[in-house]
Amino acid sequence: MSRKIALIDYGAGNLTSVRKGLEAAGADIYTPATARDVTHAAGIVVPGVGHFAATASLDGPWRDEILRCVEAGVPLFGICLGMQWLFDGSTEAAEIPGLGVFSGLCTRIEAPRPLKVPHVGWNTLARSRESVLLDGVEPAAHVYFTHAYAAPVTSECVATSEHGVTFAAAVERAHVGGVQFHPEKSSDAGLRILRNFVRMVTT
Amino acid sequence: MLSRRIIACLDVRNGCVVKGVKFAGLQNAGDPAALARRYNIEGIDELVILDVTATIEGRRAMADTIRAVSKELFIPLAVGGGIRSDEDAGAAIEAGADKVSVNTAALSEPALLTRLSTRYGSQAVVVAIDAKATGNGWSVYARSGQAETMRDAVGWAREAEARGAGEILLTSIDRDGTRSGFDCGLTAAVSTAVSIPVIASGGAGTFEHFKDVFTTGQADAALAASIFHFSEHAVADLKNYLHTNGVPVRC
Repeated sequence: MSRKIALIDYGAGNLTSVRKGLEAAGADIYTPATARDVTHAAGIVVPGVGHFAATASLDGPWRDEILRCVEAGVPLFGICLGMQWLFDGSTEAAEIPGLGVFSGLCTRIEAPRPLKVPHVGWNTLARSRESVLLDGVEPAAHVYFTHAYAAPVTSECVATSEHGVTFAAAVERAHVGGVQFHPEKSSDAGLRILRNFVRMVTT
Repeated sequence: MLSRRIIACLDVRNGCVVKGVKFAGLQNAGDPAALARRYNIEGIDELVILDVTATIEGRRAMADTIRAVSKELFIPLAVGGGIRSDEDAGAAIEAGADKVSVNTAALSEPALLTRLSTRYGSQAVVVAIDAKATGNGWSVYARSGQAETMRDAVGWAREAEARGAGEILLTSIDRDGTRSGFDCGLTAAVSTAVSIPVIASGGAGTFEHFKDVFTTGQADAALAASIFHFSEHAVADLKNYLHTNGVPVRC
Protein backbone atom coordinates (compact mmCIF):
# COMPACT_ATOMS: atom_id res chain seq x y z
CA MET A 1 0.00 0.00 0.00
CA SER A 2 1.12 3.53 -0.77
CA ARG A 3 2.77 5.43 2.03
CA LYS A 4 2.70 8.68 0.13
CA ILE A 5 1.43 11.92 1.59
CA ALA A 6 -0.63 14.13 -0.73
CA LEU A 7 0.43 17.78 -0.44
CA ILE A 8 -2.54 19.74 -1.75
CA ASP A 9 -1.57 22.63 -4.02
CA TYR A 10 -4.57 24.93 -4.49
CA GLY A 11 -2.59 28.01 -5.43
CA ALA A 12 -2.54 29.62 -1.97
CA GLY A 13 1.09 30.63 -1.74
CA ASN A 14 4.21 28.71 -2.32
CA LEU A 15 4.72 25.10 -1.34
CA THR A 16 8.53 24.96 -1.44
CA SER A 17 9.05 25.41 2.31
CA VAL A 18 6.31 22.98 3.31
CA ARG A 19 7.68 20.41 0.87
CA LYS A 20 11.22 20.81 2.26
CA GLY A 21 9.96 20.55 5.83
CA LEU A 22 7.97 17.40 5.17
CA GLU A 23 10.89 15.83 3.31
CA ALA A 24 13.19 16.63 6.24
CA ALA A 25 10.63 14.90 8.47
CA GLY A 26 10.95 11.76 6.35
CA ALA A 27 7.78 12.08 4.30
CA ASP A 28 7.36 10.64 0.84
CA ILE A 29 5.19 13.30 -0.78
CA TYR A 30 3.42 14.01 -4.03
CA THR A 31 1.30 16.86 -5.29
CA PRO A 32 -1.97 15.54 -6.74
CA ALA A 33 -2.86 17.15 -10.07
CA THR A 34 -6.59 16.45 -9.69
CA ALA A 35 -8.86 15.51 -6.80
CA ARG A 36 -8.93 11.92 -8.09
CA ASP A 37 -5.20 11.65 -7.45
CA VAL A 38 -5.87 12.10 -3.72
CA THR A 39 -7.71 8.77 -3.62
CA HIS A 40 -4.69 6.61 -2.83
CA ALA A 41 -2.97 9.00 -0.41
CA ALA A 42 -1.83 7.53 2.90
CA GLY A 43 -1.99 11.00 4.43
CA ILE A 44 -3.09 14.47 3.34
CA VAL A 45 -1.51 17.86 4.09
CA VAL A 46 -3.42 21.06 3.33
CA PRO A 47 -1.04 24.03 3.54
CA GLY A 48 -1.83 27.61 2.58
CA VAL A 49 -1.26 31.25 3.37
CA GLY A 50 -3.18 34.39 2.61
CA HIS A 51 -6.88 35.11 2.23
CA PHE A 52 -9.56 32.53 3.08
CA ALA A 53 -11.08 33.20 -0.35
CA ALA A 54 -8.19 31.16 -1.82
CA THR A 55 -9.79 28.01 -0.36
CA ALA A 56 -12.66 28.42 -2.83
CA SER A 57 -10.67 26.30 -5.27
CA LEU A 58 -10.87 23.42 -2.78
CA ASP A 59 -14.65 23.40 -3.01
CA GLY A 60 -16.25 20.67 -5.11
CA PRO A 61 -14.27 17.51 -6.01
CA TRP A 62 -11.27 18.26 -3.76
CA ARG A 63 -13.45 18.75 -0.74
CA ASP A 64 -15.49 15.61 -1.50
CA GLU A 65 -12.39 13.48 -2.01
CA ILE A 66 -10.63 14.79 1.12
CA LEU A 67 -13.76 14.18 3.21
CA ARG A 68 -14.08 10.67 1.79
CA CYS A 69 -10.43 9.94 2.73
CA VAL A 70 -10.88 11.33 6.25
CA GLU A 71 -13.95 9.15 6.75
CA ALA A 72 -11.87 6.17 5.60
CA GLY A 73 -9.31 6.97 8.31
CA VAL A 74 -6.61 8.73 6.26
CA PRO A 75 -4.67 11.21 8.48
CA LEU A 76 -5.24 14.87 7.54
CA PHE A 77 -3.09 17.80 8.62
CA GLY A 78 -3.84 21.49 7.97
CA ILE A 79 -1.24 24.23 8.21
CA CYS A 80 -2.12 27.92 8.76
CA LEU A 81 -4.89 28.72 6.24
CA GLY A 82 -5.13 24.96 5.69
CA MET A 83 -6.03 24.50 9.36
CA GLN A 84 -8.60 27.30 9.21
CA TRP A 85 -10.19 25.53 6.24
CA LEU A 86 -10.81 22.45 8.46
CA PHE A 87 -13.34 24.58 10.41
CA ASP A 88 -16.84 25.60 9.25
CA GLY A 89 -15.51 28.75 7.62
CA SER A 90 -14.08 32.19 8.26
CA THR A 91 -15.52 35.67 8.52
CA GLU A 92 -12.72 36.67 6.12
CA ALA A 93 -14.74 35.13 3.26
CA ALA A 94 -18.09 34.22 4.78
CA GLU A 95 -19.56 32.90 1.52
CA ILE A 96 -16.95 30.13 1.24
CA PRO A 97 -17.55 27.03 3.39
CA GLY A 98 -14.70 25.27 5.14
CA LEU A 99 -14.39 21.48 5.33
CA GLY A 100 -16.30 21.48 8.61
CA VAL A 101 -14.44 18.67 10.36
CA PHE A 102 -13.96 21.05 13.30
CA SER A 103 -16.82 23.28 14.41
CA GLY A 104 -16.65 27.02 14.65
CA LEU A 105 -15.81 30.05 12.55
CA CYS A 106 -12.39 31.69 12.19
CA THR A 107 -12.43 35.39 12.97
CA ARG A 108 -10.02 38.32 12.79
CA ILE A 109 -7.68 38.72 15.76
CA GLU A 110 -8.85 41.81 17.65
CA ALA A 111 -5.68 42.75 19.50
CA PRO A 112 -5.46 46.18 21.12
CA ARG A 113 -2.63 48.57 20.20
CA PRO A 114 0.34 48.59 20.57
CA LEU A 115 -0.06 44.95 19.48
CA LYS A 116 -0.10 44.54 15.75
CA VAL A 117 -2.30 42.47 13.46
CA PRO A 118 -1.22 40.41 11.54
CA HIS A 119 0.39 38.40 14.32
CA VAL A 120 3.88 37.75 12.93
CA GLY A 121 6.72 36.06 14.73
CA TRP A 122 7.62 33.49 17.35
CA ASN A 123 5.13 32.81 20.12
CA THR A 124 4.68 30.16 22.79
CA LEU A 125 2.08 27.42 23.08
CA ALA A 126 -0.13 26.70 26.10
CA ARG A 127 -0.99 23.01 25.94
CA SER A 128 -4.57 22.18 26.87
CA ARG A 129 -4.81 18.47 26.11
CA GLU A 130 -2.80 15.38 25.25
CA SER A 131 -1.78 15.46 21.63
CA VAL A 132 -0.13 13.02 19.25
CA LEU A 133 0.99 15.81 16.93
CA LEU A 134 2.59 17.86 19.72
CA ASP A 135 4.18 14.85 21.41
CA GLY A 136 7.76 15.60 22.41
CA VAL A 137 7.55 19.34 21.78
CA GLU A 138 9.20 21.22 24.66
CA PRO A 139 6.63 23.03 26.83
CA ALA A 140 8.57 26.31 26.47
CA ALA A 141 9.07 25.96 22.69
CA HIS A 142 8.33 28.92 20.44
CA VAL A 143 6.75 28.44 17.02
CA TYR A 144 6.48 30.81 14.06
CA PHE A 145 3.13 32.41 13.22
CA THR A 146 2.02 34.74 10.45
CA HIS A 147 -1.76 35.31 10.26
CA ALA A 148 -4.51 37.85 10.91
CA TYR A 149 -7.42 35.42 11.39
CA ALA A 150 -7.58 32.59 13.89
CA ALA A 151 -9.73 29.62 14.87
CA PRO A 152 -11.80 29.58 18.07
CA VAL A 153 -10.78 27.67 21.19
CA THR A 154 -12.98 24.58 21.39
CA SER A 155 -12.77 21.22 23.16
CA GLU A 156 -10.69 19.91 20.22
CA CYS A 157 -8.02 22.52 20.73
CA VAL A 158 -4.79 20.91 22.00
CA ALA A 159 -2.78 24.13 22.34
CA THR A 160 -3.62 27.80 22.46
CA SER A 161 -1.52 30.87 21.87
CA GLU A 162 -2.06 34.46 22.85
CA HIS A 163 -1.84 37.80 21.07
CA GLY A 164 -4.19 40.18 22.85
CA VAL A 165 -6.74 37.37 22.58
CA THR A 166 -6.43 33.61 23.09
CA PHE A 167 -6.86 31.52 19.94
CA ALA A 168 -6.44 27.93 18.80
CA ALA A 169 -2.81 27.23 17.88
CA ALA A 170 -3.31 23.50 17.33
CA VAL A 171 -6.36 21.26 17.02
CA GLU A 172 -6.60 17.50 16.91
CA ARG A 173 -9.25 14.80 16.92
CA ALA A 174 -8.17 11.23 16.24
CA HIS A 175 -6.34 11.28 12.87
CA VAL A 176 -7.31 14.86 11.92
CA GLY A 177 -5.34 17.86 13.11
CA GLY A 178 -3.99 21.26 12.23
CA VAL A 179 -1.73 24.04 13.40
CA GLN A 180 -2.12 27.77 12.95
CA PHE A 181 1.65 28.31 12.96
CA HIS A 182 4.16 27.15 10.36
CA PRO A 183 5.86 23.95 11.56
CA GLU A 184 8.09 24.07 8.46
CA LYS A 185 9.47 27.40 9.76
CA SER A 186 9.49 26.60 13.47
CA SER A 187 12.90 24.98 13.75
CA ASP A 188 13.24 21.84 15.89
CA ALA A 189 9.78 22.11 17.47
CA GLY A 190 8.18 22.34 14.05
CA LEU A 191 10.14 19.43 12.59
CA ARG A 192 9.10 17.33 15.56
CA ILE A 193 5.43 18.03 14.78
CA LEU A 194 5.92 17.16 11.10
CA ARG A 195 7.67 13.92 12.11
CA ASN A 196 4.77 13.12 14.45
CA PHE A 197 2.36 13.51 11.54
CA VAL A 198 4.53 11.39 9.25
CA ARG A 199 4.61 8.70 11.93
CA MET A 200 0.80 8.88 12.19
CA VAL A 201 0.66 8.18 8.45
CA THR A 202 3.26 5.43 8.30
CA THR A 203 2.30 3.37 11.36
CA MET B 1 3.55 36.38 24.32
CA LEU B 2 4.93 37.33 20.93
CA SER B 3 8.73 37.57 20.99
CA ARG B 4 10.77 40.39 19.51
CA ARG B 5 12.74 38.94 16.64
CA ILE B 6 16.50 39.07 16.16
CA ILE B 7 17.39 38.81 12.49
CA ALA B 8 20.86 38.23 11.02
CA CYS B 9 21.71 39.65 7.63
CA LEU B 10 24.16 37.89 5.33
CA ASP B 11 25.57 40.02 2.51
CA VAL B 12 26.29 37.57 -0.26
CA ARG B 13 28.24 38.09 -3.48
CA ASN B 14 28.75 35.26 -5.97
CA GLY B 15 27.77 32.70 -3.37
CA CYS B 16 30.06 34.01 -0.60
CA VAL B 17 29.39 36.07 2.51
CA VAL B 18 31.33 39.27 1.89
CA LYS B 19 31.48 40.91 5.30
CA GLY B 20 34.24 39.71 7.56
CA VAL B 21 33.49 36.62 9.56
CA LYS B 22 35.70 35.58 12.42
CA PHE B 23 34.03 32.47 13.70
CA ALA B 24 36.39 29.77 14.80
CA GLY B 25 35.46 26.28 13.75
CA LEU B 26 33.78 27.16 10.50
CA GLN B 27 35.21 25.12 7.65
CA ASN B 28 34.58 27.93 5.24
CA ALA B 29 33.78 31.23 6.88
CA GLY B 30 32.50 32.65 3.61
CA ASP B 31 29.95 29.89 3.04
CA PRO B 32 26.45 31.31 3.68
CA ALA B 33 25.01 27.90 4.56
CA ALA B 34 27.74 27.29 7.16
CA LEU B 35 27.18 30.69 8.72
CA ALA B 36 23.40 30.28 8.64
CA ARG B 37 23.75 26.92 10.37
CA ARG B 38 25.88 28.54 13.06
CA TYR B 39 23.34 31.32 13.66
CA ASN B 40 20.54 28.78 13.80
CA ILE B 41 22.30 26.83 16.54
CA GLU B 42 22.71 30.07 18.48
CA GLY B 43 19.00 30.79 18.20
CA ILE B 44 18.65 33.41 15.48
CA ASP B 45 14.95 33.98 14.71
CA GLU B 46 15.21 34.72 11.03
CA LEU B 47 17.73 35.21 8.24
CA VAL B 48 17.98 37.79 5.52
CA ILE B 49 20.20 37.03 2.57
CA LEU B 50 21.10 40.23 0.79
CA ASP B 51 22.37 39.83 -2.76
CA VAL B 52 25.06 42.43 -3.30
CA THR B 53 25.85 41.17 -6.81
CA ALA B 54 24.68 42.85 -9.95
CA THR B 55 25.57 40.21 -12.51
CA ILE B 56 23.68 37.35 -14.12
CA GLU B 57 26.28 34.88 -12.82
CA GLY B 58 25.77 36.25 -9.34
CA ARG B 59 22.03 35.75 -9.67
CA ARG B 60 22.49 32.09 -10.51
CA ALA B 61 24.83 31.64 -7.57
CA MET B 62 22.18 33.33 -5.43
CA ALA B 63 19.53 30.76 -6.28
CA ASP B 64 22.01 28.02 -5.30
CA THR B 65 22.71 29.83 -2.03
CA ILE B 66 19.00 30.13 -1.22
CA ARG B 67 18.54 26.45 -2.05
CA ALA B 68 21.46 25.39 0.15
CA VAL B 69 20.36 27.50 3.13
CA SER B 70 16.64 26.65 2.94
CA LYS B 71 17.29 22.94 2.55
CA GLU B 72 18.58 22.53 6.08
CA LEU B 73 17.29 25.54 8.01
CA PHE B 74 13.71 25.62 9.12
CA ILE B 75 13.33 29.24 10.17
CA PRO B 76 12.00 32.13 8.07
CA LEU B 77 14.31 33.17 5.25
CA ALA B 78 14.01 36.49 3.42
CA VAL B 79 15.92 37.39 0.30
CA GLY B 80 16.59 40.91 -0.89
CA GLY B 81 18.85 42.97 -3.08
CA GLY B 82 18.17 43.48 -6.74
CA ILE B 83 14.63 42.07 -6.81
CA ARG B 84 13.23 44.20 -9.62
CA SER B 85 10.43 42.16 -11.13
CA ASP B 86 7.84 39.46 -10.62
CA GLU B 87 10.32 37.03 -12.21
CA ASP B 88 13.12 37.91 -9.76
CA ALA B 89 10.75 37.47 -6.81
CA GLY B 90 9.39 34.22 -8.22
CA ALA B 91 12.90 32.81 -8.70
CA ALA B 92 13.87 33.59 -5.10
CA ILE B 93 10.67 32.08 -3.73
CA GLU B 94 10.95 29.04 -5.98
CA ALA B 95 14.48 28.47 -4.66
CA GLY B 96 13.22 28.46 -1.07
CA ALA B 97 12.86 32.06 0.17
CA ASP B 98 9.83 32.58 2.40
CA LYS B 99 9.86 36.33 1.86
CA VAL B 100 11.25 38.70 -0.73
CA SER B 101 12.39 42.18 0.15
CA VAL B 102 11.71 44.84 -2.48
CA ASN B 103 13.11 48.37 -2.40
CA THR B 104 13.85 50.43 -5.53
CA ALA B 105 11.47 48.42 -7.74
CA ALA B 106 8.57 49.10 -5.36
CA LEU B 107 9.36 52.82 -5.39
CA SER B 108 9.33 52.99 -9.16
CA GLU B 109 6.35 50.66 -9.48
CA PRO B 110 4.31 50.38 -6.25
CA ALA B 111 1.84 48.00 -7.96
CA LEU B 112 4.58 45.34 -7.78
CA LEU B 113 3.82 45.02 -4.05
CA THR B 114 0.17 44.31 -4.80
CA ARG B 115 0.95 41.75 -7.49
CA LEU B 116 3.42 39.91 -5.28
CA SER B 117 1.09 39.87 -2.27
CA THR B 118 -1.79 38.62 -4.40
CA ARG B 119 0.39 35.87 -5.81
CA TYR B 120 2.34 34.76 -2.72
CA GLY B 121 0.45 36.30 0.22
CA SER B 122 1.40 39.53 1.99
CA GLN B 123 3.45 37.56 4.55
CA ALA B 124 5.92 36.94 1.71
CA VAL B 125 6.33 40.60 0.77
CA VAL B 126 8.74 42.84 2.67
CA VAL B 127 9.14 46.44 1.61
CA ALA B 128 12.66 47.70 2.33
CA ILE B 129 12.77 51.41 3.09
CA ASP B 130 16.08 53.27 3.28
CA ALA B 131 15.57 56.60 5.03
CA LYS B 132 17.65 59.62 5.96
CA ALA B 133 16.76 62.35 8.48
CA THR B 134 15.87 65.72 6.98
CA GLY B 135 15.42 67.79 10.13
CA ASN B 136 11.64 67.59 10.22
CA GLY B 137 11.16 63.98 9.09
CA TRP B 138 12.82 61.26 7.05
CA SER B 139 13.26 61.08 3.29
CA VAL B 140 13.20 57.81 1.35
CA TYR B 141 16.21 56.96 -0.81
CA ALA B 142 16.33 54.54 -3.72
CA ARG B 143 19.19 52.65 -5.39
CA SER B 144 21.06 51.64 -2.22
CA GLY B 145 20.84 55.09 -0.73
CA GLN B 146 22.11 56.84 -3.86
CA ALA B 147 18.97 58.53 -5.09
CA GLU B 148 16.73 60.75 -3.01
CA THR B 149 13.04 60.35 -3.76
CA MET B 150 10.28 62.84 -3.10
CA ARG B 151 8.79 60.45 -0.58
CA ASP B 152 8.50 60.73 3.18
CA ALA B 153 9.33 57.50 5.07
CA VAL B 154 6.14 57.42 7.16
CA GLY B 155 3.93 58.18 4.16
CA TRP B 156 5.63 55.54 2.00
CA ALA B 157 5.38 52.96 4.79
CA ARG B 158 1.62 53.56 4.99
CA GLU B 159 1.23 53.36 1.23
CA ALA B 160 3.30 50.17 1.00
CA GLU B 161 1.12 48.57 3.70
CA ALA B 162 -2.04 49.57 1.84
CA ARG B 163 -0.60 48.11 -1.37
CA GLY B 164 0.03 44.72 0.19
CA ALA B 165 3.42 44.69 1.92
CA GLY B 166 3.39 42.40 4.96
CA GLU B 167 6.46 43.76 6.74
CA ILE B 168 8.75 46.78 6.62
CA LEU B 169 12.53 46.51 6.70
CA LEU B 170 13.47 50.02 7.77
CA THR B 171 17.11 51.08 7.45
CA SER B 172 18.52 54.35 8.71
CA ILE B 173 21.11 55.50 6.17
CA ASP B 174 22.49 57.92 8.79
CA ARG B 175 23.21 55.09 11.23
CA ASP B 176 24.12 52.28 8.85
CA GLY B 177 27.65 51.05 9.55
CA THR B 178 28.22 53.55 12.37
CA ARG B 179 27.56 51.18 15.30
CA SER B 180 26.11 54.19 17.11
CA GLY B 181 22.66 52.73 17.71
CA PHE B 182 19.44 52.35 15.74
CA ASP B 183 17.47 55.48 14.80
CA CYS B 184 14.73 55.00 17.42
CA GLY B 185 12.90 58.17 16.34
CA LEU B 186 12.54 56.95 12.77
CA THR B 187 11.61 53.44 13.88
CA ALA B 188 8.93 54.61 16.32
CA ALA B 189 7.46 57.07 13.80
CA VAL B 190 7.02 54.31 11.22
CA SER B 191 6.05 51.54 13.66
CA THR B 192 3.22 53.55 15.20
CA ALA B 193 1.93 54.61 11.76
CA VAL B 194 1.36 51.08 10.42
CA SER B 195 -0.08 47.82 11.72
CA ILE B 196 2.40 45.51 9.97
CA PRO B 197 5.69 44.59 11.70
CA VAL B 198 8.68 46.89 11.41
CA ILE B 199 12.21 45.49 11.33
CA ALA B 200 14.73 48.10 12.44
CA SER B 201 18.11 48.14 10.71
CA GLY B 202 21.24 50.25 10.68
CA GLY B 203 23.45 51.21 13.60
CA ALA B 204 23.58 48.14 15.85
CA GLY B 205 26.74 48.32 17.93
CA THR B 206 25.90 47.15 21.44
CA PHE B 207 23.30 44.95 23.12
CA GLU B 208 21.81 48.09 24.67
CA HIS B 209 21.06 49.43 21.20
CA PHE B 210 18.72 46.47 20.65
CA LYS B 211 16.96 47.06 23.96
CA ASP B 212 16.49 50.72 23.00
CA VAL B 213 15.03 49.98 19.59
CA PHE B 214 12.59 47.43 21.07
CA THR B 215 11.44 49.84 23.79
CA THR B 216 11.83 53.47 22.66
CA GLY B 217 11.83 52.53 18.98
CA GLN B 218 8.84 50.16 19.24
CA ALA B 219 10.43 47.82 16.70
CA ASP B 220 8.96 44.37 16.20
CA ALA B 221 12.28 42.96 15.04
CA ALA B 222 15.86 44.16 14.73
CA LEU B 223 18.38 43.26 12.08
CA ALA B 224 22.16 43.35 12.17
CA ALA B 225 25.08 41.86 10.34
CA SER B 226 28.55 42.60 11.62
CA ILE B 227 27.72 42.52 15.35
CA PHE B 228 26.89 38.83 14.87
CA HIS B 229 29.79 38.11 12.51
CA PHE B 230 32.59 39.22 14.76
CA SER B 231 32.12 37.22 17.90
CA GLU B 232 30.96 33.78 18.83
CA HIS B 233 27.82 33.35 20.91
CA ALA B 234 26.74 36.93 20.11
CA VAL B 235 23.17 35.89 19.25
CA ALA B 236 22.70 33.83 22.40
CA ASP B 237 24.36 36.48 24.56
CA LEU B 238 22.19 39.22 23.07
CA LYS B 239 19.04 37.23 23.74
CA ASN B 240 20.06 36.57 27.33
CA TYR B 241 20.71 40.29 27.79
CA LEU B 242 17.30 41.23 26.33
CA HIS B 243 15.50 38.58 28.40
CA THR B 244 17.18 39.89 31.57
CA ASN B 245 16.09 43.40 30.62
CA GLY B 246 12.43 42.49 30.19
CA VAL B 247 12.29 42.25 26.38
CA PRO B 248 10.42 39.08 25.34
CA VAL B 249 12.65 36.91 23.15
CA ARG B 250 12.72 33.31 21.98
CA CYS B 251 15.42 31.60 24.02
